[in-house]
Amino acid sequence: MSKRFSVVGRSLPKIDAWAKVAGETKFADDLILPRMAHGKLLRSPHPHALIKGIETARASALPGVYAVITGRDLPPVKFGILPVSQDEEALCVDKVRMVGDAVAAVAAVDEETAERATELIEVEYEPLRPLMSIEESLAHPEVRIHEYGDGPNVHKAVALQFGDVEAAFRAADLVREDVFFFEGNTHLPMEQHSAVAHWGADGKLTLWSSTQTPHYVHRLLAKILDLPQPHIRVIAAPVGGGFGGKLDPFAHEIAACRLSQLTGRPVKITLTREEVFYVHRGRHPVLMWIKSGFSKDGAITGMHFRSWLDGGAYGSYGVASTFYTGALQTVTYKIPAYKFEGARVFTNKPPCGPKRGHGTPQPRFAMECQIDKAAEQLGLDPADMRQRNLAEPFTKTANHLTVTTIGLGECIDRVVEASGWRQKFGQLPPGKGIGIACSSYLTGAGLAIYWNDMPHSGVVVRADRSGLVAVLCGATDIGQGSDSILAYLVAEVLGIDPKDIRVHPADTDLTPVDLGSYSSRVTLMAGNAVIQAAQRLRAKIFEAVAKKLEVGPERLVAEDRRVFVQGDPDRGVSFAQAVVLAESIFGVLAFPGSYGPPRRAGKYKGGGVGPSPCYSYSACVVEVDVDAETGEVKPTEIWIAHDVGRALNPLLVEGQVEGSVYMGLGEVLMEEQVFRKGVHKIPSLLEYKSPTTLETPEIHTILVESDDPEGPFGAKEAGQGPLLPVIPAVANAVHDAVGVRIDEIPISPEKVLKALELGRQGKPPRVGPEKLPLFTFPEPRVIESAFGEPAADIAERPFSS
Amino acid sequence: VKSLLALTVNGEEREVFVAVHKTLLEVLREDLELTGTKHGCELGECGTCTVLVDGAPVLSCLALPIECQGRPITTVEGMASGSQLHPLQQAFAELGAAQCGYCTPGILLTAQSLLATKAAPTRDEIRQALAGNLCRCTGYTKILDAVELAALRMKPALAAAS
Repeated sequence: MSKRFSVVGRSLPKIDAWAKVAGETKFADDLILPRMAHGKLLRSPHPHALIKGIETARASALPGVYAVITGRDLPPVKFGILPVSQDEEALCVDKVRMVGDAVAAVAAVDEETAERATELIEVEYEPLRPLMSIEESLAHPEVRIHEYGDGPNVHKAVALQFGDVEAAFRAADLVREDVFFFEGNTHLPMEQHSAVAHWGADGKLTLWSSTQTPHYVHRLLAKILDLPQPHIRVIAAPVGGGFGGKLDPFAHEIAACRLSQLTGRPVKITLTREEVFYVHRGRHPVLMWIKSGFSKDGAITGMHFRSWLDGGAYGSYGVASTFYTGALQTVTYKIPAYKFEGARVFTNKPPCGPKRGHGTPQPRFAMECQIDKAAEQLGLDPADMRQRNLAEPFTKTANHLTVTTIGLGECIDRVVEASGWRQKFGQLPPGKGIGIACSSYLTGAGLAIYWNDMPHSGVVVRADRSGLVAVLCGATDIGQGSDSILAYLVAEVLGIDPKDIRVHPADTDLTPVDLGSYSSRVTLMAGNAVIQAAQRLRAKIFEAVAKKLEVGPERLVAEDRRVFVQGDPDRGVSFAQAVVLAESIFGVLAFPGSYGPPRRAGKYKGGGVGPSPCYSYSACVVEVDVDAETGEVKPTEIWIAHDVGRALNPLLVEGQVEGSVYMGLGEVLMEEQVFRKGVHKIPSLLEYKSPTTLETPEIHTILVESDDPEGPFGAKEAGQGPLLPVIPAVANAVHDAVGVRIDEIPISPEKVLKALELGRQGKPPRVGPEKLPLFTFPEPRVIESAFGEPAADIAERPFSS
Repeated sequence: VKSLLALTVNGEEREVFVAVHKTLLEVLREDLELTGTKHGCELGECGTCTVLVDGAPVLSCLALPIECQGRPITTVEGMASGSQLHPLQQAFAELGAAQCGYCTPGILLTAQSLLATKAAPTRDEIRQALAGNLCRCTGYTKILDAVELAALRMKPALAAAS
């Protein structure tokens, strides 16, 4: 039955747009509480050192200082976002592992006094040898950054094999081995992290924070502060940009809580921009080796992928990041046999973690550039070669991931046509080029960060006699519009206007748990939960109205703020009257909705990273100008088609796609998180290059709707996937323009010039890594390939009609 | 050293008694509680804290309030007329030009200043005018669209006035 949507599919403004354009939105740093103190952290100037002593007396004596704390003023527990990597301290006690590690904190009457006080704290350090690269960390097992892991300075080493890749290579007409490097970069949200903690006179703690994961912060604060979790309330303030950078519990949040506990005052700590660069948790620098077999017609026979991740000083999400560098290669194209080996190495630099695309932009860059090279060698059009390899919908991949709908074929067709690819590829004048790449991404991680059987997203929808509908949900709006999506979905189900709905998000006291804004999970998971809750409410409303109208409830519909007999709009009542009828019969109207993703994880260790209810797909074509004199690469126009399943609000989906394209351009052309002796080389918004209006070309966004059975009204993710193909599409366009291969991100002018010079000298015109680390991966766990098996356990649509 | 300053903010006379080295950003946010003005770097690099002084965009993190005495200062809170949003605010909301909304106040004010001097700017002129305002969410596309829409909507009003 085809359904006429009233809200879904319309380009409506976000429900919080008005507050944002008026400057009314209260971000964490905008909170001003009576008697509030201001806090500052003292951070280590050493990349690796033992702490021999900390003297705080002079700081404490400074007028205006309320409290000074060190790590010894906190319970002696280590923590980390993943249960397997409990390696962080809010304030380091015995050892610092990076420049920027916090060692002490101050609360004072104002920020300036707090800062002066930190300067009066004396810390005695005994410097240790810093390990600044993967090679150095592996070469010096006698120096240990941590005492745990899969080897000296090795955080995690994994090896998985699905099917016989060696046989696949033997059967191939072409086997390529390529090496790539993707430099680290950071999220750079415009809002610096901020937290306000208030230890109340009732002995309970409230924390307002710019966090994407209030639930995980809530859980971990109980452990870190040794407090009963019910005595802690975490409220996520509207987040001024996240991109994965506000997903961990941070030192400033914990210090603000402890300082508030000691001073009896609210305490605010807002990071400086420089501190945000050190807090990091951004894109891992990854070195990659990829070996693939191809048949003459371009089919991939098998793939072997190796990655080495420079993890920085702490675990963070790194175990997941490591698996993600090998997980999603198989979701885009048919790869019958697949082998993955990955290792994450500790270094004395700020820890890497999840940034938009978490662990997958790096391998996507490698893989899509290799396919481009193979197409050239086989004499195939790169767009056609990709079409030929498309994964089969509703099947399993070699590594046991279940794919559902795949709109990638249409995405490729649409960008090829819109860009004029057929008339341009290989035919543009020198210095101009065009490149294509594709990708796929999760719509929500299939497993929570800590093992449990509870829902991933919970919602309560309530209505009362005023006609108001309120949505309470733990989801966190980081600008992507999750509050608005909840309102649209409830409005669709109840036949009312989104403006009639108030959304109350992300408050651990009031809202059911949602795991957080990461892994592109919120629209699908909170969306399905809110549909369930709204349908439960609607069922009661229909029951009451049916009784009044003396018809069967199955004959009723809810549209245009009315509940009426289908086909007979005059026979009905207003929505508000309908709520009164229902409240009269059933009492308080408050209904829960829950969602947990399908349990389809492959039955092998590591199988928990990669499964998702469904995957989004994107294809991107980029046109560039390359200046052979300066080496400068200028993208001039971009076409991107994204399979979003269904665009619940096309305007917001376009916004996510455009923002992803923008961020991908920054990564491929200019952004670098780089260090000299542990000190960030460019920790400022001036020197850390990111694209302005002048560097961002026109972006043509095409939305493809594959109507996925797993998603709310068929929707899949849009916030991360479209970043992925942009990076290799630019690299491939550079090759089309000037014939050089830059196998290393970012593609800086220096690298382009160097490659052009190599070409002039008659050498291969390529710039990229030349050698690989000496490292022995563990014996692979050998698992039968599930390639081509039919998908099982696909969702019945969680809503009817 | 503190001093008493008289500032004209959003058409209102405000007196503040503040340390002379406090920036206009700090005084607006902390002393006048006009937290609509945001900060992204406090070093004059990102445009987030932009306000208008004498109608021209100024990075409030680099400006000293003492220099702004007697000059009209406009923050995002002063853009609307009563409860009627400025056409730029309206267009930004309608077209999804504000995602996280953190850079939005600075961009709105920069655009307001542009439209005051140039009623019908080209897309490239809008790009030029906004080149000092970083946004990490939108890719700028919807921002450019919204400025164009606002300019279009403001034109009849201008024509009627002249």
